Amino acid sequence: MAKLNINGKVHDVDVEPGMPLLWAIREYAGLTGTKYGCGVAQCGSCTVHVDGAPVRSCVLPVSAAEGKKITTIEGLAVNGVLTKVQKAWLDHEVPQCGYCQSGIIMAVTALLNSKPKPTDADIDGAITNICRCGTFQQVREAIHAAAKA
Amino acid sequence: MDSIEMPRVSRRSFVIGAAAAGTGLAIGLKLPPFGPDVVRAADGSPEVTAWVVIKPDDTVVIRIARSEMGQGTLTGLAQMVAEELECDWSKVTTEYPTPGQSVKRKRAWGDFSTGGSRGIRNSHDYVRKGGAAARMMLVQAAADAWKVPVAECSAANSMVTHNPSGRKVSYGKVAEAAARLTPPKDVPLKDPKDWKIIGKPVKRLDTVDKLTGKQVYGFDLKLPGMLNAAIMECPVFGGKVKSFDAAKVSGRKGVKKVLPVGDSAVAVVADTWWQAKTALDALPIVWDEGPNAKVSSASIAEINKAGLDADQAFVGNKAGDAKGALAGAAKKVEAVYAYPFQNHAPMEPMNATAKYTADKCEVWVPTQNGEAAFAATLAASGLPADKCEVYKIHLGGGFGRRGAFHDYVTQAVRIAKQMPGVPVKLLWSREEDMRQGRFHPVTQCKLVGGFDASNNFTGLHMRISGQSILASVRPQAMKDGMDPATFQGLAPSGEFEFGYKGIPNYLIDHAMRNPHVPPGFWRGVNINQNAIYIECFMDELAAAAKQDPLEFRRKLMAKNPKHLAVLNAVAERAGWGKPAPKGVFRGLAQMKAFDSYVAACAEVSVSGGNKVKIHRIICATDPGHAVNPAQIERQIAGSFVYGLSALFEQECTVKNGRIEQENFNTYGSMKIAQMPKVESIVMPSGGFWGGVGEPTICVAAPAVLNAMAAAMGGKRIRSFPLKNHGITLV
Repeated sequence: MAKLNINGKVHDVDVEPGMPLLWAIREYAGLTGTKYGCGVAQCGSCTVHVDGAPVRSCVLPVSAAEGKKITTIEGLAVNGVLTKVQKAWLDHEVPQCGYCQSGIIMAVTALLNSKPKPTDADIDGAITNICRCGTFQQVREAIHAAAKA
Repeated sequence: MDSIEMPRVSRRSFVIGAAAAGTGLAIGLKLPPFGPDVVRAADGSPEVTAWVVIKPDDTVVIRIARSEMGQGTLTGLAQMVAEELECDWSKVTTEYPTPGQSVKRKRAWGDFSTGGSRGIRNSHDYVRKGGAAARMMLVQAAADAWKVPVAECSAANSMVTHNPSGRKVSYGKVAEAAARLTPPKDVPLKDPKDWKIIGKPVKRLDTVDKLTGKQVYGFDLKLPGMLNAAIMECPVFGGKVKSFDAAKVSGRKGVKKVLPVGDSAVAVVADTWWQAKTALDALPIVWDEGPNAKVSSASIAEINKAGLDADQAFVGNKAGDAKGALAGAAKKVEAVYAYPFQNHAPMEPMNATAKYTADKCEVWVPTQNGEAAFAATLAASGLPADKCEVYKIHLGGGFGRRGAFHDYVTQAVRIAKQMPGVPVKLLWSREEDMRQGRFHPVTQCKLVGGFDASNNFTGLHMRISGQSILASVRPQAMKDGMDPATFQGLAPSGEFEFGYKGIPNYLIDHAMRNPHVPPGFWRGVNINQNAIYIECFMDELAAAAKQDPLEFRRKLMAKNPKHLAVLNAVAERAGWGKPAPKGVFRGLAQMKAFDSYVAACAEVSVSGGNKVKIHRIICATDPGHAVNPAQIERQIAGSFVYGLSALFEQECTVKNGRIEQENFNTYGSMKIAQMPKVESIVMPSGGFWGGVGEPTICVAAPAVLNAMAAAMGGKRIRSFPLKNHGITLV
């Protein structure tokens, strides 16, 4: 039995310690906004924050997240008020299919927390998610807009 | 209109299905208090036409038969209906009708297929008429209530006005009466110059839930009592399961069942998918790999290479006497290109959820074609149409993989059939998705061009050798043995019309060679490599003739003015003919695809002989009508990610009969750091309807390749992806 603090709520999950955090979030906590895309930390669709840092939850064992503060996409907006990143995403109509966007939004949120005014080079270095619809042009615009907001 | 009843679905499962789809599946529930002749939404609101439900609070529910997978067609189609309905756009919501209801109602919503960039261009007429008829009925109902001539009334912004008196009534108040009227037979449509919603960059209707994790994809579905399944199909196409040792894993925590799926796959069903997946990984399976276990990429390439010079070939397009012209040429140019298998790799792997009982089979699935998913459900369940239903779920990408193929639906139903009454969600791992694709077909192309003694371009022979999609996927669409889809962008006329009809003699033919690897439609499909073949060779010919690539093309395009217009547009924006920044080189490409005319100019620099930087892309499209220019720009930008990922990084290789790549670590996709700035020129010329989701992909690769060749002193790469040549996109 592991105790996981997800979005401020403690979940007791009865899983093998080697299970990736992603599946604890999706199948035990029931939060499906965090996506499976590859299972090998390549695509970033599963990105969540662990103690504020962006991690690819598909390869992080549950045991490594115990006792830490986990934030998922569902934990960003408080009382339905979108964060500045989400707001910029809405204004710039970033998502196409949207499947990878939870992970990109989490990665961008972490980037802006550590670097409030990122340059294009900062963005290139920090955002390595795969988006098959190809929303990158809008992603970049929206990051800069969120940084100005 | 006839009253209809919901198929025999329990109220409970109906509500679950509705919730899972994210919108109310609000169709045809017969509720006695409202009388016999009106088709009802689930909440009792009247259906005015099959396309329009109006609620008492004036909410407009527009039915969308095509699937939204990111391309924006949901919003675009709603714009089409709303334009003619004259409704308040802020009150518009959408919902998917179900395929089962479509069957019951004699396909009231027409074709559900969402591929070939057809979503809007093939339904613009009847969806607009659906909106217009509803508006006419609402106005008539108001006029009847006021006892005034209908000609004295008008509609705008979800209100009917009696013009002489100024009386007004909202749509919600007259919808009930409107729904009882006989639909008009003659339904005129607006002149495009009067459009107020079509052609405007209105915001998408489906964005917010994608920002908060609330959007439900097939992967996210939850049903009471649901179990999860992981599956592995024989990795060698055509192979079968010989045996599996269920006892090795059946005692594992959460595992409920280990079962065969058809004769070629094995699934593990468990409480959670992680349990199912890890048990499947540990399950010993012995395959009967069948006759294809020795096939490799090299053996397929040998067969395709032989086709380049084969005597027999299907002629797709010709003019004059190409062979004669080439035989008499003073100078010949020859090149052979090759294009690989590729996987669609949508971010959401294939999945479907099924629940089966002896008298009902229900499937929840992200699909590009609800009707095809329905047909797969019927076939796999063995139940008749009135005992089957499919609920479409939002797609995490499609790109063609979820259109013509519903192998995952068949699997899910076959699993559910072995566990009656239990909903089972079948999720493919990324590895399964990579192995079991329906791959972009593999072809090679030999091009020979001839010049006379005065350096005039006189003849072209373009021989394609390799795989046909239709021979495998839709043999009934073959024409006397020929696959017309092979000639996308090279056809004599129509939606894929060849752009160089000014070449005096040309012959474009196809030596069909079909390997065992299953092919599929793949965002654009054959237009993509055909564009590389013809557009790169055009530059090769221009270089041989020592002519400017743009001028060389222009001379051949007098019979193709719309092709030329988009090409000229990108050349002008790029400043073609004027010096580029130091170290930067330009390349051009044009094509007609899915009835849209598209062109691109790429600005590229190459360092160290192998590091390619794309500084700028200019892309033009003439889709006839631009329903939502903002979404067209997004499709254009995204198409360069898709097309350039394919060009630089993507190949599925075959070894021992199976696909070698299993994940994104060996099947790469472009990252934001590599994304060039894409400038869009949306230039609708009117009078026709072209597609948007796919066409511009095809000019991405050849424009960049032509710029690269210019940057590398004429050095040409002719086989793909470029990573095989040590070339990377930086």
